[in-house]
Amino acid sequence: MNVVALAEVARQFLVLSLLSIGGANAILPEIQRRAVDVEAWLTNAEFSQMFALSQAAPGPNVLIVSLIGWKAAGYVGGIVAMAAMCAPSSMLTYQIANAWDRFRDAPWRIATQAAVAPVTVGLILASGYVLTRTIDHEWQAYLLTIATAIVAVLSRVHPLWLLAFGAILGAAGIV
Amino acid sequence: MTIRADDIAAEPALPSLRDLFLGFLQVGISGFGGVLPFARRMLVEERRWLTPEEFNEVLSLGQFLPGPNIVNVSVIVGRRFHRVAGSVAASVGLMLMPLVILLTLATLYAQFVDLPIVQRATHGVSSAAAGLMLAVALKMGQPLRKRAWKVAIALAAFVAIGLFRFPLLWVLLVLGPLAYALAWRLE
Repeated sequence: MNVVALAEVARQFLVLSLLSIGGANAILPEIQRRAVDVEAWLTNAEFSQMFALSQAAPGPNVLIVSLIGWKAAGYVGGIVAMAAMCAPSSMLTYQIANAWDRFRDAPWRIATQAAVAPVTVGLILASGYVLTRTIDHEWQAYLLTIATAIVAVLSRVHPLWLLAFGAILGAAGIV
Repeated sequence: MTIRADDIAAEPALPSLRDLFLGFLQVGISGFGGVLPFARRMLVEERRWLTPEEFNEVLSLGQFLPGPNIVNVSVIVGRRFHRVAGSVAASVGLMLMPLVILLTLATLYAQFVDLPIVQRATHGVSSAAAGLMLAVALKMGQPLRKRAWKVAIALAAFVAIGLFRFPLLWVLLVLGPLAYALAWRLE
């Protein structure tokens, strides 16, 4: 077991935990920047594969973190990455929940919530854009991404069907 | 007027640590691409640990703080019934099975990744998944449209991270206080 690699995985995700305003979806570009560009734990192509796997499996979106840790330092790396991603934010949440009743109606609390919403939307839009640029190289792939986005916004079809449709088009060599 | 058995049964017992663990274990393996709707169903409709109003409040707190939203929800709900032990039982219950399933899938995937058809199918899945991410942002952005400052902040975050790839820390340090000042003055 590579202790140095594990420590580096822990260090990166401990920081990311406290930066993840708006949840896991909002920090995908930052995860990619740190894991691919800074640490070279995996390539952009592998990052795309891990993103696809995490989306096609059950569970919360944050689980992509365990795949990055797995690529960097094996199974223990995957568990360390998940724990590091959740521990600091969970401890903060626990402490804030203790005091929540006291400041629930405070003006600064309401202003903070109003401020977080648009930042989150912008970050998730950036996630979608960065992923699209990382994953799609031909016009057929861009078309699939855009068509999937439109169908998902306008209809209530289950996301898993859209992923399955993508898999079929991909396997058939169309995208 | 008679008292019906349903009325009595509607009063739920306080969940034990085991209940918290198993309840969130069920949530963890329920959803694809986000499990929040399943958390709501379990907490509000099936087990009645929270009223709908309480769930909304827990969710808004979970979304407002850093960290995966659903993990924050499990921490808050677990704390409510059993303090630290409850938070640990709920959050470990939530992540355990998805973690095992995903690492197993990844191990299997690694065996077949060199097959061209697997690579092409994965590519199709990831293209569609990127579209799903765009759809999440567009749906979440709908309520912001009425406020020009919110649209401006969202676009600034998008440009800084999406186009310029600036480090997130610096973007948050600049946009956070700016958004807060605007919210304070305009809301």
